[in-house]
Amino acid sequence: MALLEIRNLHATVDNKPILNGVDLILDAGEVHAIMGPNGSGKSTLSYVLAGRDGYDVTDGEVLYDGRDLLAMEADERAREGVFLAFQYPVEIPGVAGLTFLKTAANALRRHRGEGELDAMDFLKFVRDKADSLDINADMLKRAVNEGFSGGEKKRMEILQMAVLEPRLAILDETDSGLDIDALKVVADGVNALRGPERGMLLITHYQRMLDYIVPDRVHVLAHGRIVKSGDKSLALELEAKGYGEYLDAAE
Amino acid sequence: MVANVDALEQVQSLGEQYKYGFVTDIDVDLAPKGLNEDIVRLISEKKGDPEWMLEWRLKAYRHWLTMEEPRWQKVAFAPIDFQDAYYYAAPKLSDKPKSLDEIDPKLLETYEKLGIPLKEQEVLAGVEGAPRVAVDAVFDSVSVATTYKAKLEEIGVIFCSISEAIKDHPELVRKYLGSVVPYADNFYATLNSAVFTDGSFVYIPKGVRCPMELSTYFRINQENTGQFERTLIIADEGAHVSYLEGCTAPMRDEHQLHAAVVELITLDDAEIKYSTVQNWYPGDAEGRGGIFNFVTKRGACRGRNSKISWTQVETGSAITWKYPSCILQGDNSVGEFYSVAITNNAQQADTGTKMIHIGKNTSSRIISKGISTGRADQTYRGLVRMQRGAHGARNYTQCDSLLIGDQCGAHTVPYIECQNPTAQVEHEATTSRIGDDQLFYCRQRGLSNEEAVSLIVNGFCREVLQTLPMEFAVEAQKLVGISLEGSVG
Ligand SMILES: Nc1ncnc2c1ncn2[C@@H]1O[C@H](COP(=O)(O)OP(=O)(O)O)[C@@H](O)[C@H]1O
Ligand SMILES: [Mg+2]
Repeated sequence: MALLEIRNLHATVDNKPILNGVDLILDAGEVHAIMGPNGSGKSTLSYVLAGRDGYDVTDGEVLYDGRDLLAMEADERAREGVFLAFQYPVEIPGVAGLTFLKTAANALRRHRGEGELDAMDFLKFVRDKADSLDINADMLKRAVNEGFSGGEKKRMEILQMAVLEPRLAILDETDSGLDIDALKVVADGVNALRGPERGMLLITHYQRMLDYIVPDRVHVLAHGRIVKSGDKSLALELEAKGYGEYLDAAE
Repeated sequence: MVANVDALEQVQSLGEQYKYGFVTDIDVDLAPKGLNEDIVRLISEKKGDPEWMLEWRLKAYRHWLTMEEPRWQKVAFAPIDFQDAYYYAAPKLSDKPKSLDEIDPKLLETYEKLGIPLKEQEVLAGVEGAPRVAVDAVFDSVSVATTYKAKLEEIGVIFCSISEAIKDHPELVRKYLGSVVPYADNFYATLNSAVFTDGSFVYIPKGVRCPMELSTYFRINQENTGQFERTLIIADEGAHVSYLEGCTAPMRDEHQLHAAVVELITLDDAEIKYSTVQNWYPGDAEGRGGIFNFVTKRGACRGRNSKISWTQVETGSAITWKYPSCILQGDNSVGEFYSVAITNNAQQADTGTKMIHIGKNTSSRIISKGISTGRADQTYRGLVRMQRGAHGARNYTQCDSLLIGDQCGAHTVPYIECQNPTAQVEHEATTSRIGDDQLFYCRQRGLSNEEAVSLIVNGFCREVLQTLPMEFAVEAQKLVGISLEGSVG
C-alpha cells in the first residue's frame, strides 16, 4: 500500500478552483519533488494535505496509509504523522521555541500512548538534533520565529520535523531564501531523516535543492494538475528550459 | 523567585471545568440578613473588637449611608440589594484553633481539594522542591488557620489574621489602617470599613527580608454572603516581602459580592511584591451567578527608594472591578502593575491601575494584557498622574488587548495628568486577534484548537506571568487555558 495516494484532487479557495485533478502516489521510503511555476498551486496542495481551513476539496480523494486523510482534522493529521514545513513559518510571540517544540512533541507522544517528556529529558532529546542544524540554546529560548532570519526559520522547521518524526513530510519551498551554506545544513538535516518508513514531498521552484536531496521522482505541477512526471533528469531539464512550456501547455 | 515561564504544563489540565465549585457542608454561625447599625455592632462584638475599632466601623457605616453607588465603570449589572445578604458567616469553631490539629477536618479537606497546604511541611500542589509558603486561610468571614506563624515570629515577622492583629498589635493597626484607603474613600471601601470580618495582616520589621512567600487564600463558601476582607501589609525600612493571594468560590446561581480592601505601606528602601491569582466563580455561560469582585487595592510608597509591585491574573468573577494603585510619595520610589485579565462568556472586567507620582524621580511601569472572548467585555482604565513636585518622574504604560472571536470587546481608557514639565509619560496600546495562521501552525504540529489558543495566549501574557512567584506561575498558566475553554471552534 502506498503511504500517500492522491486521486483526482480538486480544491477551491474562496470558490476559486486552484487544484484541478491532482494524481500522485508516494510510497514509504521515497522522496518526490513537486516543481512548478509560481501560482501553480504547490502551497495550496500542501495546505489541503495538511487540512487548513478555507481550502475546500470539491472532488477526489486522498488516502494516507489507506485511510481517508481528508476526513481528519488538521491536528489529528499531525498527530498521525503528517508534517508540513511551512513556506512562511508563523511567529508566535512570547512562546519560546523550546516550549513550542516540547508541547508539540508531547501532544504526539500522548497520542501514541507514550509518556510525556519533562523539561530535562526533552532538552537532552533535542540538543543533538539542534546542534546538527546549527541551532543553539539561545535560539531555542527566543519566541517561535519572532525576528528570525529566513534561514533561521527554515532550520527551525527542519528541527521540528526531526523532533516530531513524521511518516509523511511535506516541505514547501524550504530552500527558498537560503544561501548555499544554509541550504547544505538544511539538506543534510533532511537527508538524515530519510528512511524506509518515511515519505517526503519536496516542493520547490528551483532544482538547486535537488542536487543535495536527490529525489526518487519529480513531478511538474501546472495550473493545479500534475502535467509531467519523471526522474531526477526532469528537474535538470526544467532548469534548462524554464517553465514556459508548461504555462502554455496547461492553458 | 521568578518562574521560567515554560507554558506547557498547562496543556495537561485543559478540559477541566471550574473545579473549585464545590460546597463544604459545615455548621456556620450566621448573623441575621441585612445591614444596619446593629449588624455592624454585632460583627464588631463577634470579632471582639476594641472600642476604637467599633467607632471606626460606625463612622464608616454612617458615612456609607450618605454615599451613592458609583456608576462610571463600564460594566452592567442589576442593582445589588444590600439588605438581602449576610454580612457575617463563620464556620462554627469554639475559638480560633490553637494548632492545626484542632481545625475541623472538613475545612482541612476543603483546602486540600483546593490544593492549599495547611500542613506546614507541605508545599503547594505539584511544585516539588519549591520554597515553603506560609498560608493564612480565610473561609467566608474568618481566618481559620495561619501556618508558619511561630517560625516567622522568630525573625520578628508578624503574619496573622487582621482580627488577631487588632487585638495583639493595636499600635500598628491604628497607625496604618485606613492610612492608604481612608474609610470614606469610595462606596465599596467604605462598606468594607464598616463590616470587614477578616483578612491578613503582615508586618516585616526593619531590615528583614521575609524568608518565605506569604499568602492568603480566600474562600467564599456560604450562600448569600458578602466577603469583606481587609488586608494590611507594612514593610518597615529596608524590609522585603512577597505576598500571594488566591481566591475561589462555589458555583451558585446568585451573584455574591466580594468587596475587599488591601492597603500596602513601604517605608525607606522597602519592597512589597503583591501577587493575585483571582479565580472566583465566574458564573455560567449565560451569565447566571458568579462573584462581583469590587475591590480597592492601594499601596503607598512612603519611603525613599521603596517599591510596590502588583501582579494580578484575573480569570474569575462575573464582574471584576479593581485598580491596584501606587502612591509614589518617597523620592525614587517605584510602582509596578502587571496584569492579565481574561474574560470569557458573559464576564465583564473594568480594571487597571493608578500611579500617583508625588516624589522626585519616581517611576512606574504598567503592563496590561487583556484577553476577551465569548460575549465578554473588558476595559483597561488607568490613571497616571505626575504631580507638581514629581521632578524627573517617569511612567511607561503598555496595554495590549487580544480578542478571540467577534462578539467580545476590549476598550482602553488611559487618563494622563501631568503637572510637572520634567516628567515623562509613555503610553503604548495594541489590539490584536489570534491569527488563523497561528492557530493552523500550532494545529499542524499536533495541538488541539484549545491547546493552541492556550499556548498563544500564554505567550501573549508571558511578560506578566514571568513576574509571578514560581508557586503561582504554573497554576496561572493552567488557569489561562481553563478560562479560555469553549472560546474557539
Ligand atoms: N487565500 C487565497 N485566496 C485566494 N487565492 C489564493 C489564496 N491562496 C492562493 N491563492 C491563489 O491560488 C493560486 C495558487 O497559489 P499557491 O498554491 O500559493 O501557488 P504556489 O505555491 O505554487 O506558488 C494562485 O493563483 C494564488 O493567487
Ligand atoms: Mg508556494
